[in-house]
Amino acid sequence: MTNFIQQIVSGLASGGIYGLLALAIVLIHRSTGVINFAQGEMATLSTFVCWALMDHGWAFWPAFGATLLLSFAGGVTLQAVVIRPIQSGPLLGIVILTIGLLIAFNGLDTWIWGGAAKQFHGPFSTAPIRVGGVAFSKQDLGVIAVAFVAVALIGALFTRTRLGLGLRAAAVNPIEARLVGIRVAAMLALGWGLAAMLGAVAGVMAAPSLFLEPNMMQTVVLYAFAAAVLGGMDSPIGAVVGGLLLGVLLNLVGTYVHWIGGELRLATALAVILGVLLLRPSGLFGRAALRRA
Amino acid sequence: MSLLELRDVEARYGEIRALHGVSLTVADGDFVALLGANGAGKTTTLRAISGTVKTSGDVLLDGHKVFRRTPEGMARSGVAHVPEGRGTFTTLSVLDNLRLGAWVHGTASPRDLAHVFEFFPRLYERRTQQAGLLSGGEQQMLALGRAMMAKPRVLLLDEPSLGLAPLVAREIFHVLGQLHEGGTTIVVVEQNAMLALEHAQHAYVLETGRVVLGGEASDLRKNESVRRSYLGY
Repeated sequence: MTNFIQQIVSGLASGGIYGLLALAIVLIHRSTGVINFAQGEMATLSTFVCWALMDHGWAFWPAFGATLLLSFAGGVTLQAVVIRPIQSGPLLGIVILTIGLLIAFNGLDTWIWGGAAKQFHGPFSTAPIRVGGVAFSKQDLGVIAVAFVAVALIGALFTRTRLGLGLRAAAVNPIEARLVGIRVAAMLALGWGLAAMLGAVAGVMAAPSLFLEPNMMQTVVLYAFAAAVLGGMDSPIGAVVGGLLLGVLLNLVGTYVHWIGGELRLATALAVILGVLLLRPSGLFGRAALRRA
Repeated sequence: MSLLELRDVEARYGEIRALHGVSLTVADGDFVALLGANGAGKTTTLRAISGTVKTSGDVLLDGHKVFRRTPEGMARSGVAHVPEGRGTFTTLSVLDNLRLGAWVHGTASPRDLAHVFEFFPRLYERRTQQAGLLSGGEQQMLALGRAMMAKPRVLLLDEPSLGLAPLVAREIFHVLGQLHEGGTTIVVVEQNAMLALEHAQHAYVLETGRVVLGGEASDLRKNESVRRSYLGY
């Protein structure tokens, strides 16, 4: 029983990271229909920036704050400079461009910081705390808390603010949005900025338990895709719930289904994607677009 | 002085030229109908004004040439364009759609919302519903209500009666008449020429991308060729 609870807690912790990155993927997908394959590498780059600042003597929280701002600015710039020129072209072109960005960012990380894994000291201690036989760390709890706070903030932005209404309108119907006076181009850039920022949160939260190196987020982003599909590609809440569910599911399956173990974790995630697409393509929280003829 | 003026406006979609030099004027407080057969360039004329299609030639607002027209820029200048097909934000609620109408003013004032609900009580009943679930008539009301929230100087409407029951179409035009009385300048593209000429003050007839006839709506109603081609009697 204690092992069961143990697996759930650590599953939630890794699930929180999948959820954060899935949320970033969903933000871009729902506004433009593009799957940003570079989301994981963007997160790694942000994490390197945070690490470099701390390496220069910054304390964690100021470095984290600066990283979030830089990531936001980087995401906005990336959209404006690289994506916007081909925005009106075929979707496939943009998707392929994001694959190009994945390779470019990965190379950039290696070029600047080298391929060797670096220890990343996060804000939360990784030392285990025992409560009734269940061992968990502040790191686990911290990641879960940060994931919830991030979702709450993003949710509030989208549903409670005028800016959020504009972001939603630009996503639903860009042509109409321009006709009511919304600068859709700015909204799309803002969406990329927010996504880059969420990716930075995911990367920084993941780094203490993963070691920082250029390929750090490559598996994580695959889990994030699975989480996004599970929750519904267009649902921010779904992305995070999907991430948490996936984290727990993978841990439980890995522990109790012996032939799966640790080796088939990734395959299990892909099975989840396949299953969801077959049985409920819009995901747990996604809604098939309602339209009266 | 005219509020809106088009001087020799040409527009093309790729290789196909849709407007061959359209010139027309709309006075402040006017109610203008654009008539013509399918493909005559009525919709493109509205698009040229709101900046949703690339054009050559000049569009003047208050006598000043508008350079680099973009839809969002024209919206800020007080032009509200309701395109054909009741463009609404289908997955957003009725209330959110109306709030978006007031985007250029910042936030939607409760008084303006109340004003729209006074015109369209059914929108109030359905305010929390997804816009895509409304009936055709209700969606047209929503599109119109959203344009009202912008408190535009010029309201451009493309086929507001398309696909609506005659009674609902009359209701829409009745509201347009009231907005016009309230001081809003209106330019409407309408295939139901009878209905349009009944409410409009002035009208232009377009044929193959050119204005071929223009004048007082009452005169056009008496015009022999207009009667035969567009009124059908």
